[in-house]
Amino acid sequence: MASTLAQKIIARAAGLETARVGEVVTVRVDLAMIHDSGGPRRVEPILKELGVGLFDASRVVLISDHFVPGDTDEGARILELTRQWARERKVAFHDGEGICHVVLPERGHLKPGMLVVGGDSHSPTGGAFGAYMFGIGATEMAGVLATGEIWLKVPGTILIECQGRLSPGVLAKDIMLALCGRLGMDGGQYQAVEYTGEAIAALSMQERMTLSNMAAELGGQAGLIAPDETTAAYLEGVGGSAGDWRGLATDPGAELAAHHVLDASALAPQVAAPHSPANAMPVTEAPETPFDVAYIGACTGAKYEDLKGAAAILRGHKLAPGVALKIAPASMRDQQRAASEGIMAVLEEAGAQILPNACGICAGYGLDRLGEDVTCVSSTARNFQGRMGAASSKVWLASPLTVAASAIAGRIADPREFLRDGAGTA
Amino acid sequence: MNGRIFLLGDDIDTDQLAPGQYMKGGLDMLAAHCLESVRPEFAETVKPGDVIVAGKNFGMGSSREQAAEALKHLGLAGVVARSFAGIFYRNALNLGLPVLVTDALDGIADGDAVALDPAKGELRLTEKKRTVRLEPLPDNLRPMLADGGLVPHLKKRFAAERAKEAGA
Repeated sequence: MASTLAQKIIARAAGLETARVGEVVTVRVDLAMIHDSGGPRRVEPILKELGVGLFDASRVVLISDHFVPGDTDEGARILELTRQWARERKVAFHDGEGICHVVLPERGHLKPGMLVVGGDSHSPTGGAFGAYMFGIGATEMAGVLATGEIWLKVPGTILIECQGRLSPGVLAKDIMLALCGRLGMDGGQYQAVEYTGEAIAALSMQERMTLSNMAAELGGQAGLIAPDETTAAYLEGVGGSAGDWRGLATDPGAELAAHHVLDASALAPQVAAPHSPANAMPVTEAPETPFDVAYIGACTGAKYEDLKGAAAILRGHKLAPGVALKIAPASMRDQQRAASEGIMAVLEEAGAQILPNACGICAGYGLDRLGEDVTCVSSTARNFQGRMGAASSKVWLASPLTVAASAIAGRIADPREFLRDGAGTA
Repeated sequence: MNGRIFLLGDDIDTDQLAPGQYMKGGLDMLAAHCLESVRPEFAETVKPGDVIVAGKNFGMGSSREQAAEALKHLGLAGVVARSFAGIFYRNALNLGLPVLVTDALDGIADGDAVALDPAKGELRLTEKKRTVRLEPLPDNLRPMLADGGLVPHLKKRFAAERAKEAGA
């Protein structure tokens, strides 16, 4: 029987021949990722109450990112508790090395075909590697850590077919903002979103991660991309292995919940007005919008390629008067690579303030937040009211290229106005 | 238990329910700021037995379960909505907060007197003398909610497993 990629992974994890859409199944979890906010401080008291330990410490990865750099007393205390737990429970621990969704694959923890849970809503990011990865809350995570299993309702697949190639200056982020506008914040219906088509095949792994990441904004449970040679090359490059990935794809003729087609070649850079990613529009139709802060940050929009693209636009330019550019590279490794290639120097020369490799302003957990009435253009995934600071602050979402162009122009600007030789192509 | 309805719109998000800047603090502080950007008086005026009735996609956004925990902490009897975001829905039931779905929200007003009966799947408008039928909870989740959430449910399961082992 023709199956979707989601059905294949779930059937294997459930020990079933086939997984029928709509059926409730119990699956074995191959990997559980937790972070400092929903992790040790929340799960340990539950494990104690249940009187059990971890189902398998070698299948648990802990990453600190939400309270890094510990700029409040409570945040610092939570980080210390996190470190202590990692030592006691003997799990893989990445401390201050970057945002969990970027660190997890770049440290070789993910593999196509895995069934993975993450204690964070942007966990669909792992789907870029052909893993069925989804976000859960802390109590449910404690249940997974105690039992090694979780229940799932086998999802239908919403296929997003991106035809043609993206134009220079247009990124995966623009695809996602356009999709949020078109399908709405619940267009994913907690089903499996799967991206396919020529535009996807041409994308790098980091760009694919941005697509999968924002399946969360569509309300999908997972955001899958079938593994290919690009996936295998990435995983080998980080010391991992793609394993036996061939055949991990949606079969022709598999029943779909929906099939949407998007012409990637005709897509313009997008922005989303406050306070919803669904308020998307082409940047060419955005109202004249002066702003205070340009933010290149988050798992969605501050990976190595995002920094590189932003630097290509900012090179030789200065920030517009009154604009602050803040950049929180998504991982230490991405920042080191960018530094070794002179990219960080270009960003700093243009006037950027470099923030720690952490969730930063996107999560709004620390001291660095948007003040009253501040307007921000941001490469992050969500612009809900008050998320990044004061309830009166306003966040426009955009690609890192659009954020960089806007930082020079002092208003929301089309990055294609600033493209030069090779700039803005991933 | 009887209470009043707080009527909210579509797409109520987790940053409204559990604002990020209070995530480092305790539940008392977090709950005190629950929904303040939508209904500034909510945390101060909500009483045990009250019910939120909302539109579609309630609880969208973060996986932070404090969004559901704050509502439970404030004594809310449950949330009735046209639809829920997937992670929030699971979180709420895991924490023992009833979340129920219906499309029949016409004629329900903010402040209506109400009694929520999750087991029967009924939202009774006690002054309007009308009962709204709610979609039944999925079979696999009903026993967990009856136990009060995932932790008590797992405790029961582990105790049964231990008893079986001891008996074997």
